[in-house]
Amino acid sequence: MDWLQLSDEEWTAIRLSLWVSAVAMTVSLPFGILTAYLLARGRFWGKSILNGLVHLPLILPPVVTGFLLLVVFGRRGVVGSFLDQYLGIVFSFRWTGAALACGIMGFPLMVRSIRLSVEAVDHKLEEAARTLGAGPAWVFVTVTLPLILPGIIAGMILAFAKAMGEFGATITFVSNIPGETQTLSAAIYTFTQVPGGDAGAMRLTIVAIAISFTALLASEFMAYLVGKRVHVE
Amino acid sequence: MTLAVDVQQTLGGFVLDARFTSRRGVTALFGPSGSGKTSLIRVIAGLSKPQRGSLLIDDQVLVDTENEIFVPAHRRHFGYVFQEGRLFPHLSVRQNLNYGRWFAPKSARIGDFQHIVDLLGIGGLLDRRPGTLSGGEKQRVAIGRALFAGPRLLLMDEPLASLDDPRKAEILPYLERLRDETSTPIVYVSHSTAEVARLADQVVMMHNGRVEAVGTTAEILAGFSFLSSDRREAGAVLSGVVETIDAVHRLATIRLSAFQLIVPTAQVEAGATVRLHIPERDVMVATMRPEGLSALNIVEGRVASIEADGEGMVRVRIRCGDDIVLARITALSAERLALKLEEPVFAVVKTVALER
Repeated sequence: MDWLQLSDEEWTAIRLSLWVSAVAMTVSLPFGILTAYLLARGRFWGKSILNGLVHLPLILPPVVTGFLLLVVFGRRGVVGSFLDQYLGIVFSFRWTGAALACGIMGFPLMVRSIRLSVEAVDHKLEEAARTLGAGPAWVFVTVTLPLILPGIIAGMILAFAKAMGEFGATITFVSNIPGETQTLSAAIYTFTQVPGGDAGAMRLTIVAIAISFTALLASEFMAYLVGKRVHVE
Repeated sequence: MTLAVDVQQTLGGFVLDARFTSRRGVTALFGPSGSGKTSLIRVIAGLSKPQRGSLLIDDQVLVDTENEIFVPAHRRHFGYVFQEGRLFPHLSVRQNLNYGRWFAPKSARIGDFQHIVDLLGIGGLLDRRPGTLSGGEKQRVAIGRALFAGPRLLLMDEPLASLDDPRKAEILPYLERLRDETSTPIVYVSHSTAEVARLADQVVMMHNGRVEAVGTTAEILAGFSFLSSDRREAGAVLSGVVETIDAVHRLATIRLSAFQLIVPTAQVEAGATVRLHIPERDVMVATMRPEGLSALNIVEGRVASIEADGEGMVRVRIRCGDDIVLARITALSAERLALKLEEPVFAVVKTVALER
């Protein structure tokens, strides 16, 4: 059973993948909730443009998204050079760039899931909260947010899973640097490119299956817990 | 407390144009479905904005479209009981009840949690989830939730409409106790004569988005048959004090301003103030005191007015002391009796119902 033993490089790739996915999911969550809320409830000019922009990563080939990220967020890119100069944040060829690419690729899935649950919230309950003295922010925190929690959890899991599997945009934007940007998917790809790498690819594949399955079970369990609390009549 | 309403609002093709002032106690917004009662109470609550007009509670301006004043719903501190309860499904009954307390100004906080819980009979439900409650229980919790927010004014939008008759009968006594035991004024939307007769002190009669009449419950319900198709229910609403109870015959004697009525009843206590409903179609008119009749209640009074409805029927108002009894008789009967204003007559009351 020696071939099941994971090497240090493989462990690094797994850890990096989990870390990048978790960061991508967590950081994009507030933006995801805000965007979903705007799309579900807002009435403003350019709503369909925003909707299109959000969904773009889902439709475009991942390589195209990766290239666009390189153009915009690269060291010489419009936003990238600004962030580098004034805030000291660098995306290109760093794990932060991998997280950005993963977050953007998972964003449409997250927004769709949360948006559906926002649309399903009974507006009458929010009205009731207002008559009880809750201002708009409190209504959101005490009524809307708990009611859309199942949608948020589903959106987070989807975004996490997408990030774990993300390959095209990441490799285009931040390349495949072991220990910095080489995620699980990229590591498997690398194994398949060298002779005799099949065993390594298989080991990581098993790990990927285990992680995906755990994430799925965790989401089912959380949805069950929340569903028990939010018993909708 | 005085609530002064003067608002106009257009919703699609429907025009709401309402003006009235309400004092203490229970004010009923009364009228058929689609008459604008709910639109009006939503404007009062601050859930919708009138296009024009003003809304004042005591001296505080809540809405004044000319000066662009609009106090949002959450700053008005009005309780609102909705037709369908609208309990928060993600909170327990106790948390639902406490919800409004988090936001209530300290001065308005109701100290006595237990008293209201007992008043509404919801002590056994506190740890349950709204999804497991029956319709009547939900509505009682909804009333409690509105009360715990310490409202200056309690708005109730047909709180009984979604319930069946036994559930209505279950909640009505709680509403009566609420009216009698708390000092919070109530605006009560209803299309049910029975509920209005039982609960309201003042009635705002609405039709097609307009206020048709404002007056005491007795005045408005007495004139009700000319305003509505629901003639069965029209009649006098009187209030009196239970004097004696005849347990053998299951009868109670109720003292009114100048006369007594004997009412069949099972459970009232001597000394209690009760409301009586005398349907106008169940009152006969006689010019001499009739004898040998089964009717227990024959009341002497004077003819206060005679109104023909143009369909062969006549309504006679008979003044008995300070109370008015209504009789609905045919125009022919009125002619034969040669009724004249201020003439002494006898009202033979066939049925009197204790409003409960």
